[in-house]
Amino acid sequence: MATYTFILNGKQVSVDCAGEMRLLWVLRDLLGVHGPKYGCGLDVCKACTCHINGKAFNPCSVPVSDIQPNDQITTIEGLPATVGQALHPMQQAWLKYDVAQCGYCQPGQIMAAVALVNEIRTTGRQITDADIDSLRNVCRCGTYPCIREAIVEAAADM
Amino acid sequence: MPDVVVGEARTRANGISRRRFIGYLIAAPTLVAAADLRAAQPARASVATVQPVDFYDLTDFLTDAANLTAALITVTVNPDGTASFALPRAEVGQGITTAIAMVIADELDLPLSKVKITLSDARPELEFNQLTGGSNSVHSLYDQVRIAAAIARGQLAATAATQLQTPMPKLALKNGVITAPDGSALTYGDLARPAATQRTRAVLAQLKPASQQTLVGTPQPRIDAMEIVTGTKQFAMDLEVAGALPTMVCRPPTINGTALAVLNQSQVRAMDGVTDVAIIPHTQFVPGGVAVRAATFGQCIDAIRALEVTWAPGPAAGKSDPDVLADLLGAELPMTPGLGQTLDQRFTFYFRPGDPLETNCAVADVRSGSAEIWSAMKSPIYFQETVAQILGLPVSSVKAHVTQGGGSFGRHLFADAAFEAAAISKAMGKPVKLMWHRTDNFRQGRVHPMCTSRVRVSYLGTNVLAFDQRHTSVATDFTHGLGEMLSATLGDLPEGDFLGYSQSVFTLTANVPYNFGAVTQLLNEVYHPPGSQFNTSSVRNIYSPEVTVAKELMVDRVAKAMGQDPYQFRRSFVRDPRMLAVLDAAAKAANWGKRMSPLTAQGIGIHHEYKGYAACVAEIDCTPATVNRKVENGYTGPRVTKVTYAVDVGLPINPLGLEAQMIGGIMDGIAQALTYSLHLQDGHFLEGSWDNAYYTREWNSPPAGGIQVIIMPPNQSEPGGAGEFGVAASMAAVANAYARATGTMPTSFPINHDQPLGFTPLPTVPPIPQSPTDGLQEAF
Repeated sequence: MATYTFILNGKQVSVDCAGEMRLLWVLRDLLGVHGPKYGCGLDVCKACTCHINGKAFNPCSVPVSDIQPNDQITTIEGLPATVGQALHPMQQAWLKYDVAQCGYCQPGQIMAAVALVNEIRTTGRQITDADIDSLRNVCRCGTYPCIREAIVEAAADM
Repeated sequence: MPDVVVGEARTRANGISRRRFIGYLIAAPTLVAAADLRAAQPARASVATVQPVDFYDLTDFLTDAANLTAALITVTVNPDGTASFALPRAEVGQGITTAIAMVIADELDLPLSKVKITLSDARPELEFNQLTGGSNSVHSLYDQVRIAAAIARGQLAATAATQLQTPMPKLALKNGVITAPDGSALTYGDLARPAATQRTRAVLAQLKPASQQTLVGTPQPRIDAMEIVTGTKQFAMDLEVAGALPTMVCRPPTINGTALAVLNQSQVRAMDGVTDVAIIPHTQFVPGGVAVRAATFGQCIDAIRALEVTWAPGPAAGKSDPDVLADLLGAELPMTPGLGQTLDQRFTFYFRPGDPLETNCAVADVRSGSAEIWSAMKSPIYFQETVAQILGLPVSSVKAHVTQGGGSFGRHLFADAAFEAAAISKAMGKPVKLMWHRTDNFRQGRVHPMCTSRVRVSYLGTNVLAFDQRHTSVATDFTHGLGEMLSATLGDLPEGDFLGYSQSVFTLTANVPYNFGAVTQLLNEVYHPPGSQFNTSSVRNIYSPEVTVAKELMVDRVAKAMGQDPYQFRRSFVRDPRMLAVLDAAAKAANWGKRMSPLTAQGIGIHHEYKGYAACVAEIDCTPATVNRKVENGYTGPRVTKVTYAVDVGLPINPLGLEAQMIGGIMDGIAQALTYSLHLQDGHFLEGSWDNAYYTREWNSPPAGGIQVIIMPPNQSEPGGAGEFGVAASMAAVANAYARATGTMPTSFPINHDQPLGFTPLPTVPPIPQSPTDGLQEAF
């Protein structure tokens, strides 16, 4: 057991737990942050996708001891604040295209999509179908075609 | 089986006309109208087919059963001006909360935002009116909620007439406000209490005519869309129930095995965070194993991996795919003797998962005199009554709360997690928050049964004389209470005859939407529940995807044998003008028959069910560059590049939600035709993650603009079903496209199942893998 400190959605938090505890359980079970969903715990389905310092990652596969005190962890709950708006443009696009069905995977989908658009932007080109093909997030309801539309729309507004 | 064909076929003496037949009589399980043949017919006249579903289908049956308690369905108008409705169905992503809210808002003249939908707790008095299945929710509730809302509207108007001293016909109702000609007005909130009645009485409901509906038929986004995109939508595992700590189960290495002993219980009990360890016996209702309760799910995983358990093997121990296939072949019913020329082919469909993305989960708090359970249940009454019996409690002491579900696809017709959570909570004497591991969800959860479907088409010249289909399947488990509904409604099924239930469902859904003369479609099943070797359920669209794929592949084949284009052939033989309309709509929008490059092709599939008609045209790319493209730990293969789907549901309530359901069904159809299955080996399934079980991923889905859903204009007074209606036609269209692109008709599905395994199977002991630790290296 040790104390681990990091910045969660803009606020410093501390937890006492074993260092190997995966961050997903720290977020969900110890801190009560439920936006990131459990879908496999294997870094496969990507339902728990969050951001660390702006990059997409899966807390189910990161021991809390790997998180540094100045690391910025952002969950879906903290996404709008990263752009200083009530909703992030990606969330707006998700609403516009009514992407969601059951909604279970969608927080992870949105977080992954934001990171993908930001990553492509650093290369100075437009997002393509091939870029979107690289997203691994599983949507068992099969909303993939709507996700494509929403990402392209949001990329123009980001 | 009365597969006796009596009759004769005569060809015209001159042998010139394309119409070779002047008539025949056939006695068969289905009626054949011979009149069409005896009369002079144009050359393309086909042999009429009549089937049971033409008169009464599963949708009729479920709705008739639900309507028995329609009087118990209530809409409430609240003093804050909202209307509320506790929906006696499960919302699992299919969008019924939105559709029903629209219907109520429309009938009540309220803005959609003022209708609040919750999911009803189990209400035993509703009997057959709280089962979510068969894509029947909107169909069965449409009239029920409209009547309730219309009565409320009438009472609001009558009360306003008194208070505003204005005759009712002169009042204007709009957006929850009732206005008199002089401008004086009352809101529904003002009227909610005065309009309340002291005694129950019968009143007439005046339903709005369709012409006055302003919401029904318009595209509306989901009412929970904002909660979803902000991460605040609550699923069962997001509930905070006092004392309910994370709980998981160490499961057996074979399907339905049983835990006999734990060899290191005290050692595991002493692990970090662990509070309880308990053996949970396997029963008809409880999958079971060794349950672990801890402060976090991560600690549950650690403890499960540390457990040393002695297991009794499950009844399927040692069985593999070929063993089940042999049993299916042995159980296939005889075919009707062929007439004229015949085409005969058997198709094999392997087990496939019924997994939603949210794994099986439930919260349970079982005390000595009461129990409270939360889970995404589609048969909550059956659960409540059964679990009460198991726990030795009166039904009224069990509260069964229905939570929002993260998908279902048939998995939640059974409340497996709820039964198991109740058993664990009782064994530990503490509240539990039970969650299945993904690997268990694939390996021990309910699946679509493996099956074969054999089709024989008899034809002569340009007419199809007979169509025979023998569907042979591992039994689909219907023991969740649908059986009770069937016996109550049809009245002719002996109790405990589960075979009878599945036969009824098959008969009420299977159909051939073509004039193919004498049609027989028969089901036989092996491995019957309860106590079967396999855990099955009505996975999305039940028998229809496989029945339809086998049928539609053979339709293409007989068309080819006659030298006909698949689309033109279908045009000639479809039985219903609504089917012809969707077929034409899809073919036109898809530009059917356009020039395609080698190893790419279009394919068609059509399907009739749920009071609706669907036609799909899919385009597939089977070129080596596409098939062999690499995605790390992912399966690629042929790619469906375009899908055009025309659907007629009679009366679309929410076209946006309907489109979403079709898109989801199309993604299922792609997966089921090409990639998505489970391999049974030595009594367990090899797949243990989404990188093993290849459901459609972004890289398998058509590129941007590749999906077009055409919704036919309203042509009926009632809505048909939507939730499962996208699967069968799209799976068939993809299969036919693949056959046309490669020149080889696939006979085994998914088409990659017999290829070398594309992954290394996870171990079965311990049953679940540890979570990786290198997640930061993957960050992007």
